[in-house]
Amino acid sequence: MLKKAAIEIRTSPHLKKALSVEQIMRNVVYALLSICAWSVYQFGISALALLLVTTLTCILTESFFCWMSGRPNSVKDFSVVITGLLLALTLPPGFPLWMAAVAGFIAIALGKSLFGGLGFNVMNPALIGRAFVQAAFPVAITTWTPSFVPGRFLEFIPSSLALPFMSPVDTSGWVKERAVDGFTGATPLALQKFEHVSVDTMDLLTGTVAGSAGETSAIIIFICGLYLAFRKMMDWRIPAGVFAGTVLISLPLYLINLEIYPSPQFMLFSGGLMLGAMFMASDMVGSPLTPKGIWLYGAVIGMLTVIIRIFGGLNEGVMYAILVANALAPMIDSVTQPRIYGERKQEAES
Amino acid sequence: MPLVKPGQEVVRGEPIAKAGGFVSVPMHSPVTGVVKAIDELVPTAEGPKTPAIIIDTYEASTQQVLYDCPRDINTMTPEELVQAVQESGMVGLGGAAFPSHVKLLPPKDKKIETLVINGCECEPYLTCDHRVMLEQTDNLVRGIKMVMKATGALRAIIGVEDNKLDAVERIRSLLPKEAGITCEAVETKYPQGGEKMLITSLLGKEVPSGGIPADIGVAVYNVGTLAQLGDLVPLSRGLIERVVTVSGHGVEKPGNYLVPIGTQLRFLLEQVGADVESSEVVMGGPMMGMSTASLDVAITKGVSGVVLFKKPDEDLKHRTVYPCIKCSACLDACPVHLNPSMLGQLADVRRYEEMESDYHLNDCFECGCCSYVCPSNIPLIQYFRIAKAVNREAKTAQ
Repeated sequence: MLKKAAIEIRTSPHLKKALSVEQIMRNVVYALLSICAWSVYQFGISALALLLVTTLTCILTESFFCWMSGRPNSVKDFSVVITGLLLALTLPPGFPLWMAAVAGFIAIALGKSLFGGLGFNVMNPALIGRAFVQAAFPVAITTWTPSFVPGRFLEFIPSSLALPFMSPVDTSGWVKERAVDGFTGATPLALQKFEHVSVDTMDLLTGTVAGSAGETSAIIIFICGLYLAFRKMMDWRIPAGVFAGTVLISLPLYLINLEIYPSPQFMLFSGGLMLGAMFMASDMVGSPLTPKGIWLYGAVIGMLTVIIRIFGGLNEGVMYAILVANALAPMIDSVTQPRIYGERKQEAES
Repeated sequence: MPLVKPGQEVVRGEPIAKAGGFVSVPMHSPVTGVVKAIDELVPTAEGPKTPAIIIDTYEASTQQVLYDCPRDINTMTPEELVQAVQESGMVGLGGAAFPSHVKLLPPKDKKIETLVINGCECEPYLTCDHRVMLEQTDNLVRGIKMVMKATGALRAIIGVEDNKLDAVERIRSLLPKEAGITCEAVETKYPQGGEKMLITSLLGKEVPSGGIPADIGVAVYNVGTLAQLGDLVPLSRGLIERVVTVSGHGVEKPGNYLVPIGTQLRFLLEQVGADVESSEVVMGGPMMGMSTASLDVAITKGVSGVVLFKKPDEDLKHRTVYPCIKCSACLDACPVHLNPSMLGQLADVRRYEEMESDYHLNDCFECGCCSYVCPSNIPLIQYFRIAKAVNREAKTAQ
């Protein structure tokens, strides 16, 4: 005889896809860790310290704010780790660690926790942190050091260990001492903008150039992004939209004047564009919801990036392009609401 | 309205209740036995108890139906056919259980031109439509012709999901050439068996928001419904049994069973050897079906399946609900292109009217796709049901 007490009641649907937020976030972390590994291999112990400092600061800040607001600690959803890692990857490898800690705190405090945590932030927290230190420490954030310096696994880049609130250590002497041929301390984008020298695309792909800790190797970032897209944990339409937008603006300019304007492939593979497109623009929280909106959002980022890079005062534009597009996302959503099944035309117009 | 009295003997197939109006159908006794009570309240899967006629079955009763009266459906007028369909007690066997004859008579200003016959399973796990198409093909074709005559429809299209191509072949081999009936394979996906989705897949037309298929000259019938009509109406019989898929966790003998209407769920589960101890019992399919609170509920005309699931504590219970991360998975999943993410956020802060006025809440037919894909485990469908109920209540209060 079947017993009555055994009955359980739930509402439909009784099936559930086995993909959770935590799983998505964890896989993004895995993808980012491969990029981090390359960064550490390239820049050594300074890059490692930078990654650890930003990630730990982010975790601590998130825990602190959760505790303050009496909410359950949300560190275990892994989204805060992504912010920490992404932040470090966008900073110069020799960025003073105390400044990195400030960036980490700002990223989570102002970029995420104040809005209510995961899902409620308007903009990408990592970029908020970076934008803050870009404004606060303009010199340190544009001081680049060469990659593959001998002894990089044993010795910090001197600027990394700068004491808080002291003027940053000048690294030019240290760089000269390391005798790296022809290193000017300029990133490919700066070379392009101010001296109209284009770096070989191959070097951009493999990442043997100067730049932020994790932005130099476009190919590794691209592969990691593909992994996420393939596992459906990242919307491929966003990076595709960014690339399309980039080419859309840079190709005509390039064709107008080959001397002044950089080629589309240079635009795609240089600076933070690949990391931005694959991991920051595609951050689900800040991107639009509607199918059309997603394409539009990606294209806006690509186009803004090129415009800022070529016509703006800065040689890098991905960060502001994404922040602006994040801010536009709700508006993009409201103008691209899909037509409801069976919705009558006249209703849609009125 | 009952036609029988306690103590009265009934035979299998005999009418025991008559229709209480136009949107209502009679009931027929699924067994031979004696009426024990006529207005006893019994539990239902939906929740509230409802009056029922209780019949004690005679142990020696057979499967045979003696209560019939053969007639020639070819000479019947459309009006007579509509009446015959109502008298057969037929309702939509796909799950909605809407009286079938009502759809035969659309509002005066609308005319049914096309008949869409739903041969897509309504839900995953269910296979009853597939078996009906394979095993009762003759009845199905007869039913289609009859309904075409009753509605005056010029053509009929049978839509079958492309994972059941054997059914497509079988039906095509039996279709008469001149009748205007075709059979098409459509993509296998949930909710392909949704009435509106199937119409769009087959005809490329959309049913207007808030409207019914008759607005675009279409009537939709489930294959099970038509197969039963094709069987019952020529004999003037009533609907007394249906095919039910029994499947899922802990069912020893899963399969499709021909079950008399009114059979207690408990009895059915005992016959198939179900492990009810560790299972949740769902009447209908996994996406839209209802967990039943009691095994004493009866298999009604609309129950297309009984699916058993592992209890939530083994699978679903520990899933944390995260905030919406705006991943847009629900927008991509919604078959009517709603914005479940936005609806969910509005529901969270109880802005129910706004959900209806600005975000088309009432176009949601609760297929469950958004809840299924949501990585944040947000109970979207539950939110929407609450919102709809609250809005309905607010409207009746006014």
